[in-house]
Order: sequence, then structure tokens, then C-alpha cells
Amino acid sequence: MSEINSVGIVAPQTAHFSEPLTLKSGEILPQFDLVYETYGTLNATKSNAVLICHALSGNHHVAGKYNTDDKYAGWWDNLVGPNKPLDTNKFFVIGLNNLGGCHGSSGPSSIKPKSKKPYGASFPIVTVEDWVNSQARLLDYLGIETLAAVIGGSLGGMQALQWTIAHPARLKHALVIASAPNLTAQNMAFNEVARQAIITDPEFYGGDYYAHKTVPRRGLRIARMLGHITYLSDDAMGEKFGRKIKDKIKYSFDVEFEMESYLRYQGDKFAGEFDANTYLRMTRALDYYDPALEFGGDLSKALAQVKAEFLVVSFTSDWRFSPDRSREIVKALLDNERTVSYAEVTALHGHDAFLMPDAHYHAILRAYLQKIET
Amino acid sequence: MSNNVNITNTNVLNAKFRQDFAIIAGWVGFGSKVLDLGCGDGELLVYLRDALEAKGYGVEKDDAHWLACLKNGTNVIQMDLEDGLSGFEDQSFDTVILSQTLQAMHNTEEIVQEMLRVGKEIIVTFPNFGYWRNRMQITAGNMPVSKTLPYQWFDTPNVHLCTINDFDEFCNNHKITVIERKVITDGEEVGFMPNLLGNLAMYRLKAN
Repeated sequence: MSEINSVGIVAPQTAHFSEPLTLKSGEILPQFDLVYETYGTLNATKSNAVLICHALSGNHHVAGKYNTDDKYAGWWDNLVGPNKPLDTNKFFVIGLNNLGGCHGSSGPSSIKPKSKKPYGASFPIVTVEDWVNSQARLLDYLGIETLAAVIGGSLGGMQALQWTIAHPARLKHALVIASAPNLTAQNMAFNEVARQAIITDPEFYGGDYYAHKTVPRRGLRIARMLGHITYLSDDAMGEKFGRKIKDKIKYSFDVEFEMESYLRYQGDKFAGEFDANTYLRMTRALDYYDPALEFGGDLSKALAQVKAEFLVVSFTSDWRFSPDRSREIVKALLDNERTVSYAEVTALHGHDAFLMPDAHYHAILRAYLQKIET
Repeated sequence: MSNNVNITNTNVLNAKFRQDFAIIAGWVGFGSKVLDLGCGDGELLVYLRDALEAKGYGVEKDDAHWLACLKNGTNVIQMDLEDGLSGFEDQSFDTVILSQTLQAMHNTEEIVQEMLRVGKEIIVTFPNFGYWRNRMQITAGNMPVSKTLPYQWFDTPNVHLCTINDFDEFCNNHKITVIERKVITDGEEVGFMPNLLGNLAMYRLKAN
């Protein structure tokens, strides 16, 4: 099925920006690269572009494969493709790797210009606001003034929301999925534990582990294991693993239960392919995002200038980005009499549900996207 | 959230011309901001948008109805009315409508109070249990089953059926002002003995 409707073989591209970017922190990034992929064709009026914003560990490789024998397609391949909910016959879809990432865009592991060494700890802390501003630069580079839509789940949803605040005239629709207008203390607490796991790893070296030719693998692994617990619901873990025993009880600290096997596998896989400095920055971007802050905590005031039409979606079993948090966004939009629809999808899979091809969830996205005029 | 039970009965009077829609439109001002609770597939909101350029939002719990609403191009918020209207500010809508859903609500008093909080005016419509055909069936010894009450006693979502007299009393006891009341049967307005001859009761209300 997904093979039939696949965007096929894709290739990433890199855009170089030599104009400095002033970050929210006040730091200035003199130049930067953004790696991106596109699917579908930009129409003559350039009115059919859709930007996909990635979450914590995502990247620009949203759909398709690089080689026919790739084991996995892009991370949101079930959504993007010909005749899929985000139909590439209609839309020109852009995925990019955010600043600070580790998949080709400028980030801690990329080579700092003129130094021939990785940025390491010297790469600045970037925020959701910075990402959105850099994404706007990418649109300029591609010659696109206005987006038909911005779509994102989780941290990606925060970027979609920020787009409507920072560049209200540059997008028609925002699809904010499994997201929140800021993180709760509990949610930030998980991030802090993840960061502490990385930072206290003896192989972290203050973030300059590249120079020491080490990787804070243990820290990153634990951070990811913790993340995975919070992305699933109790029920989903129960259904997936329950108390299933891996082999037989050995009265040891080896893998005894299936759940442990899953977490260790996910942790190891992630630690082998993701950059710890990027992980630190992505979690910080999550923590810092709070558009209502400068409006005395009043989200309705923060969204007073938005023009985009909204689709807000949450999932019943998502406790890391709970439906209550999405309802706060909806309420602020209602207070401003904006065009908004809100779906609360009954789903078992917790936060991970936003990446799953649930039939009703995809029917919602398909119906909404079909109605967008390009 | 259980979406198995369809509590929106907006299709039960599916005449070619919806007299109840026309009456509601007469009570909603041009360009009004309208909230339709239990909006089904958004048919009424589409009607009010087309007829009056009303800025409408629907509230719907059922997945299939919610999706139909979205496809109809109406704003629709998925939530359970039994939880109240906490996502809506006081007096933020010109009119809040509860069309043929009151009888299926568990928290009947709460939803009416919530509607009065959110809406400057509210419209409540419900099948009149005092309608003579219902009385006949009761007299004959059975629970009524009809076009407006299309369920058997064992599978009905309706839990709080009432008569026009009952609802008049309810409004009186809760100090709710009845701005206007209309009663219709098969699309025709009923003026004479409405509690006996009226099938669908329609109230335009506001807080006292």
C-alpha cells in the first residue's frame, strides 16, 4: 500500500544562508545551512506549498526512500505521498532539518566555518522562534511567499503555532497535532532528567566529546528510554508487552521482560545515530517555548494577531501532550473568533499516536487538507 | 470517550424544508456568532451561514458526525456536552443552540445553565412527550415510538424526555425568560393546545 502511494526515491538538498540570523538568546549565527527535501511540484502561483515541522528527533527525511533497498521510508511516509492524506499530487511538501539538528543542517556536530572543527558546545541554544525564522528564510530561498499550510506534531506543532504568531500573513492553515502552548512542569521534568543523563555521562566532556572522539552513548540511551516511556500510554505498553517475559526469569539485572528489551533496543539504536548535543537543544527548545509569557500568561492575547485557519488534533491517551493542552490552544483561538476545528481522536498509543496511520485520524487530515484551496 | 451512541437527532424531521431551521434562522440575527451544541453533520450551521452569514461553531462528540461537519466546512469542536462548556467564555456567543439533544443529556440543568452563561440568547428544541400520539401509545400500554422518538425503550439515548408544560415549569423555576416559544408538527406551526397537538417544541430563551 505505502509502496504504491510512495513519493519514491528522494534526495536531500542543502540551502546555505550567509545572512546572519539573530537568535532569541541574542546570539548571532553568522551563517548556516538547512538541509531539506521536497515532494510534489510547486504550482505556477506557488500557492500549494506545505511545510512539515519535525519533532524532537525528526529530520528532513519525511517521505520516500533514498535507495530502493532502504529498510525504512521517511518518518511520516504514511501521511505524505500521491493520494495519501497529504497528497503530493496536490501539494508541494517541504521537510527540513531544524537548526541545531544532526542530519545535515547546521548544528553542534557540524563543522564550524573557518575552524574545521565541530561546533560542539559552542553551538548556540536555538528556540522554536529561531526555527520558524530560519524556516521563513528557507521559504524565501525557495521563492515561496505564502504557505498553504504548516503541519507539525508535538514540538512540530509548536512550530506550526509559532508560524501563525510570527508570520501571520505567510500561511493559510496551521495543523497543530498532539501539541501544547507550552510544557507543564512535569513535562519539562522529563526533559531535565534526559539532559542530566547526557550531561553527567563521563564521555560528554561538556559537549565537546567530538574532540575526545567519544560519544555520551549511555546518557543518550537512557534519555531515549525515558522518552519512549512517556510517548506510550500505560495501556499501549500493557498491550504491546504486558508482563511478558523475554526468555525465562534468571533472577538477574539482564533483560528479563519484553518491555526492557524494547527500551534497550530503542535506546541503543538512538544512541548510535543521534547526536547528544542536538538532543539537549531540542529538549531545551521544548522547555523554552511559551508564546503567552510576554502576554502575562494570556494565550488569547498571544494569538490575537493570528490569521491562519486551524485544525487542532489531540489523542485521548496522550499524557505527555494531553488533550487538555490542545484545548487551551482551541480556547485561545475561540476567544479570538478564529476559524478552528478540534478533534480529540480516541487512540490507544499515547503521544506516539500522531505518527500512526489510524483510519479516523488520517480521514480527518485528508478531509481537512482536501478542502484547502491552492 | 465513548462515541457509540448517537445523541444528535437532527435528522428526525428531515422534511425537504426544515421548518425548525427556518424558525431558528428567524431568531438568529444576521451575521450573528452562533454555537450549535450537538451539531450533527453541521447542517444547521451551514443553513445559518448561507442564509444569515452567521459565524458558526459546532460542538460534536461523535467521530463520524464530527468528520461530516468538517467536510461541510463548518468549524467543529469535538467534546462531550456532559462536561459543560468550560472552553467557552461568558456571553461570547450571540446565540447558543441545543437542537433536539436536551432529552438525551444527563446533566440537563447544567447544560442549560452553561448555555445561558455562554450565550446572550439560547435556543432549545426538543420532542414534546405530551404530543397526543405519544399519549395514545402510552394509553395503549407501550412506550412511544415515532418519527421524533425513533427508538425502542431499551436502546434509546433519550433519558430526560419532557412535555411542553414540564419545560415551561423548568424555565419558571430556574428563572429563565422565555422570549418566544414555537411549537410545530410535521412542519406546521401549532397555536392551539400545543402540549397536546405539538410534536416539536422550540424555545428562545435568555437569563433573567
